[in-house]
Amino acid sequence: MKSTFRIGGVHPHDNKQYSVHQPITVCPLPAKAIIPLVQHIGAPAQAVVEKGQKVKVGALIAKAGGFVSANIHAPFSGTITKIDTTIDAWGMKMPAIFMDVEGDEWLEGIDTSDTIVRGCNLEPKVIIEKVQEAGIVGLGGACFPTHVKLMPPPGKVAEVLIVNGVECEPYLTCDHQLMLEKGEEIIIGIQILMRALNIQKAIIGIEANKPDAIKHMSALASKVLGIEVKALKLKYPQGGEKQLIDACIRRQVPSGALPIEVGAVVDNVATIYAVYEAVQKNKPLISRVMTVTGKSVVKPGNYDVRFGTPLTDVVALAGGVPEDTGKVIGGGPMMGRAMSNIDMPTNKRVSGLLFLPEAESMRQELTNCVRCGKCVGACPMGLEPWLLSKQAWHSMWDEMEDHNIMDCIECGCCQFTCPSHLPLLDYVRMGKAKVGGLIRARQAANK
Amino acid sequence: MNLIVISLLILGVTGLVAAVLLYIVAQKFKVEEDPRIDEVQDALPGANCGGCGYAGCRAFAEGCVKADSLDGLLCPVGGAPTMTKVGEILGMAVVAAEPKVAVVRCNGTCEARPRTSVYDGAKSCQIMHSCYVGETACPFGCLGCGDCVSACDFDAIHMNPATGLPEVDDEKCTSCGKCVKACPRNIIELRKKGPKSRRIVVMCVNKDKGAVARKACTNACIGCSKCQKVCEFDAITIENNLAYIDYNKCRLCRKCEDQCPTGAIHVVNFPPRKPKAEPAAAPVQNSSKAQSAVQDGSKLSSEKTTLNNVEQPLNNVEPKNEETKA
Repeated sequence: MKSTFRIGGVHPHDNKQYSVHQPITVCPLPAKAIIPLVQHIGAPAQAVVEKGQKVKVGALIAKAGGFVSANIHAPFSGTITKIDTTIDAWGMKMPAIFMDVEGDEWLEGIDTSDTIVRGCNLEPKVIIEKVQEAGIVGLGGACFPTHVKLMPPPGKVAEVLIVNGVECEPYLTCDHQLMLEKGEEIIIGIQILMRALNIQKAIIGIEANKPDAIKHMSALASKVLGIEVKALKLKYPQGGEKQLIDACIRRQVPSGALPIEVGAVVDNVATIYAVYEAVQKNKPLISRVMTVTGKSVVKPGNYDVRFGTPLTDVVALAGGVPEDTGKVIGGGPMMGRAMSNIDMPTNKRVSGLLFLPEAESMRQELTNCVRCGKCVGACPMGLEPWLLSKQAWHSMWDEMEDHNIMDCIECGCCQFTCPSHLPLLDYVRMGKAKVGGLIRARQAANK
Repeated sequence: MNLIVISLLILGVTGLVAAVLLYIVAQKFKVEEDPRIDEVQDALPGANCGGCGYAGCRAFAEGCVKADSLDGLLCPVGGAPTMTKVGEILGMAVVAAEPKVAVVRCNGTCEARPRTSVYDGAKSCQIMHSCYVGETACPFGCLGCGDCVSACDFDAIHMNPATGLPEVDDEKCTSCGKCVKACPRNIIELRKKGPKSRRIVVMCVNKDKGAVARKACTNACIGCSKCQKVCEFDAITIENNLAYIDYNKCRLCRKCEDQCPTGAIHVVNFPPRKPKAEPAAAPVQNSSKAQSAVQDGSKLSSEKTTLNNVEQPLNNVEPKNEETKA
């Protein structure tokens, strides 16, 4: 009997057929690269290079700007041309390092071969240092710095590592392909993290629509003590941290708390692959696998892209922007955001690029709320989206806080399920940002 | 007969006892309240808009009575006449405050600011602002969803469908400042209304470098500082590639308007300049600028007419909205 999380959830069509089983293609190096300094949640990184400086691949170019922040390394070898601002996917300015790419010369000490390095006898502390040094962030989408997760606050003990191979977001297939191609590395990565956290148990959660990945990972995991593969029933948003914990170990994270509260640490398979590379091969996080997909895309597939490559290069590799495109979404269709500018560099955050045809891209006409309660039933966090959206509309921030707006994971189930096509998530998201700001201001004032 | 007398007596006595009790209680638990609060409240317009910074007219009246002087206390709706009345009641001097008006500092019309994307999310500036740069490339300009329009209690601000920008009705605007708070991009400013509603405003808040700003919008202020140089009263400051006219220093000489290469400086409610264009032809280098100034002037006069006829475009908007709703 396959398990799943208990509250809410929806069943969008997974549409993975376009890019599934497409082998990971390495994207060629661009001539010029722009490396954003904000590629993670938390403080922006501080550039440590100067104009005109020559760097090799893997060299540190920007230092973490705080504990919750991440290092950024040079993805190419070349010359730094300037440190300026560039335009992000939504037209806003972001600081970035500009460089002329001159080649692919790696820093000494980085193992660039394909041989798999097994066995790790490093101290937990050293492992965490290496992860921090390599600038690894959660590649599932939130980009939360991984080293923070590996250091549980005092008094909290990690009991189980949950590996997120769910990829519940429709269209995206990069994690699936990564599990098929780099399964062994991922298993080693899991062992490294188990060592770092000093735990004996890991569960890999994979949704039932990836039977080959379940089989492959189960075969690999059976050789290792303590790692178990759990096939999960298909339901969105199973890839959400709290949902995955519920699905895998039947524990519910209390409102406002982190997964460590129930003894769990959750990491995405792509993150774990990055951990393997960082610890075993000294390779910092400079590339990721992203999916370029859509109904009319000529060559949909999974591409291994170095950060800083212009997104347009990746699109060209996939056959260019389809003519009937009405909307380009960064990420998947449920949680991703429509982009107004695709002339931007790739970064740790971009897990996919989805081209929606014009006919499917626009929202449907709104009607009034019919009080059917579907959004309440669909919300995986047990909130009342219709009420929260109304409160946001009336700027009732205190009331929103009382109704646990901060628990919202912005999964979009409410809006997906709404028969009146109301923009529930738009309001909830805006309200969450407002309330979050008020809470931070209050904490700052109380200090 | 007896029954009637008895019941009358009982009722009378009960009434009397109740009256005495009520009187004693009223005397014993009397709340001392300054009678002037009621008087001041009666003098206020009663809009309860909160424009004064208090929770309503009653709270403002209490604030006025408690205050030592009326400096800094202003009912924006009632303006100077109301404050004079309040001053008379309280026996305090009132410094006549200049009437103000809300000014939407963006002139990125549909022609000047090409659309780069289509937004189909919830129709709210606040949400659009939190999502991305907006439908145009200008990250500072008006988003056009009308949060200011829905915030206005006095029906004084309306979207002009031709330009896609909100326009303020000077007559109706009470400068309560609700639209200023509603605008997520801080485009709306309360400015001095000026004599005969005449004023000069930099209609742009774009802080990008000139080339970038110009690329996003042909009407943008590019921070060239030409206006600053020509101003004789130090009224214009340039900060972050953006000119700002201090309305307290501006003497409405209109020199800056001629200098502005992008037409970002707007003069409002001035009569069209006819005779000045001819003598301006004498200094040769200025002739083309003078011409452009004339053109600007004509543009302005047309703007003025649209300003005065706000109701007309309004009538056009409403049925359109209904269509989209239906």
